[in-house]
Amino acid sequence: MTSFEEVLARKTAIHDWLARRVSAEATAWLEGAIAKYAASGRYGDLAMAIGLAPRKLGKAELALSDDEVRTGQELRRGLDTSDWSIDQAGRVLIVLASYMGDDQKFAATLDRLFQAGEIGEHIAILRGLPLYPAPELLIPRAAEGVRSAIQPVFEAVTHRNPFPKDHFDQAQWNQMVLKALFIGSKLAPIQGLDERRNPELAATLMDYVHERWAAGRAVSPELWRCVGPFTRREDLPDLVKALRGGEDAQSAAAALALSESMLPEAQEALAVDTQLTARIKAKNITWNSIHF
Amino acid sequence: MFIDPHAHMISRTTDDYEAMARSGVVAVIEPAFWIGQARTNAGSYKDYLSHILGFERFRAGQFGIRHYCCIGLNSKEANNEALAEAVMELLPDFATKEGVVAIGEIGYDEQTALEDKYFRLQLDLARELDLPVMIHTPHRDKKRGASRSMDVIIEHGIAPSRVVIDHVNEETIKEVKDRGFWAAFSIYPHSKMTAERMVALVKQYGAERLIVDSACDWGISDPLSVSKTASLLADQGISADDVRLVTYANALAAYGQSGQMTETDWLSPAPIDQRTLYQGNSVLRGGQTPQVGRPD
Repeated sequence: MTSFEEVLARKTAIHDWLARRVSAEATAWLEGAIAKYAASGRYGDLAMAIGLAPRKLGKAELALSDDEVRTGQELRRGLDTSDWSIDQAGRVLIVLASYMGDDQKFAATLDRLFQAGEIGEHIAILRGLPLYPAPELLIPRAAEGVRSAIQPVFEAVTHRNPFPKDHFDQAQWNQMVLKALFIGSKLAPIQGLDERRNPELAATLMDYVHERWAAGRAVSPELWRCVGPFTRREDLPDLVKALRGGEDAQSAAAALALSESMLPEAQEALAVDTQLTARIKAKNITWNSIHF
Repeated sequence: MFIDPHAHMISRTTDDYEAMARSGVVAVIEPAFWIGQARTNAGSYKDYLSHILGFERFRAGQFGIRHYCCIGLNSKEANNEALAEAVMELLPDFATKEGVVAIGEIGYDEQTALEDKYFRLQLDLARELDLPVMIHTPHRDKKRGASRSMDVIIEHGIAPSRVVIDHVNEETIKEVKDRGFWAAFSIYPHSKMTAERMVALVKQYGAERLIVDSACDWGISDPLSVSKTASLLADQGISADDVRLVTYANALAAYGQSGQMTETDWLSPAPIDQRTLYQGNSVLRGGQTPQVGRPD
């Protein structure tokens, strides 16, 4: 499929999802707003449509059916709209519909929308990242979202979004994970956390652990997930400290990390705790079940 | 519950947000204004507008306070014609954003020809976009400036019921009320209006169409003015209903005409907002401490 056909298929799907959920009048507004920009090419028409979307479409949950979720997966592997609202889907559709085949222009328009957008628009547009054409041109925009001091904007890129996994380089990826831990954002909703783990990230995170512990502060148990397979011998005492520190979530996470390590010493350390070992084997503890 | 319908939160600290939330403020309106010194180009104006619609809204939400904006070119900076022209180009985009409850604060400062020109153009924009208007009345030559503002508004075909005249005082209240506008009072520690004088005005004119705000900014001002004035009004025998009108309901009625501000925003927000932009009000919830993350 060319990117134009791909965009068309995605537009059709989102349009149908919305048409099933909003009034005929709201659908007509959406179609009209899209047609207006297509005819005029005026940036103002596009910005206005995106600005007005919540008032015209409402902010109810999008809540796709199982069938619709499958359609979404076929259109874009990893697409996760479970947290989307109707106005957000509408905004993504309007952005998608502004694509006329010119990749550079599309990326430039997206930048312009950001410069003059409000916070709700930023969140919606970033959630749509995996659906837009020419993703490689949008990486700087996504990285900028990760730099945001506004946590929901950060999470619009990082959570339930396949874009970072598919397009970030290792430095961007590692920065994103470290920042998530830093600002208290959860790691579990990040797609591709396990497949994109790397030794560089693990080493950085161990430095972070030492920094936090030195300051008498705790680290999120989720952190150990990114250390697991890349545990170095020198890290073992720290993992054992987490394992035996007497805090359930920390020990479960440290145990999971140790179980993923190739170091024989890691397996030996873990084996001491027969109960935890058994629970991991039985899959009673997983990275998604750890409470924090 | 209080609304502070005029607060330049971009200049305030997190301590202020905490104190405001504790005092019962559930919503603030941040009118676009100058920032203590003149901007020299439209780019910094654009970033300012996107800041009050972006990070500032997020900050407020972290403390359980809903944040709304007025969008406009202030009268001081209207005197830089090149800047003013470029900013006028930006306004329609920003004014139609979600949570924008009015065009404002606009009006006169020195009452120059350029101020008059851009005031009129923005009144036209408000009419076109069907948005209420927040009027800044001048500090100097206030009485004539206020009269003239109201004349121009009427001339531009905007209903007084859609316009809040702000920084009103004893000298301007009668005309503002008689002509059917909303009259807002900025309660300042040393200037503009004090809580004591406000009590006298409510007693004399009644609570109808009167609005109290803090207009807190980067100067000496008090972000708790609204709740403090409410206490004083109550202590001085003003009825609870009237206190509620001037510190909550009138502002909601005036700016609610934008369709962008309703009580449900803070009493039962959409789930999507609760997940992202608004942490819930600790006063309404009964006392959890709000938190804002350190910028990293």
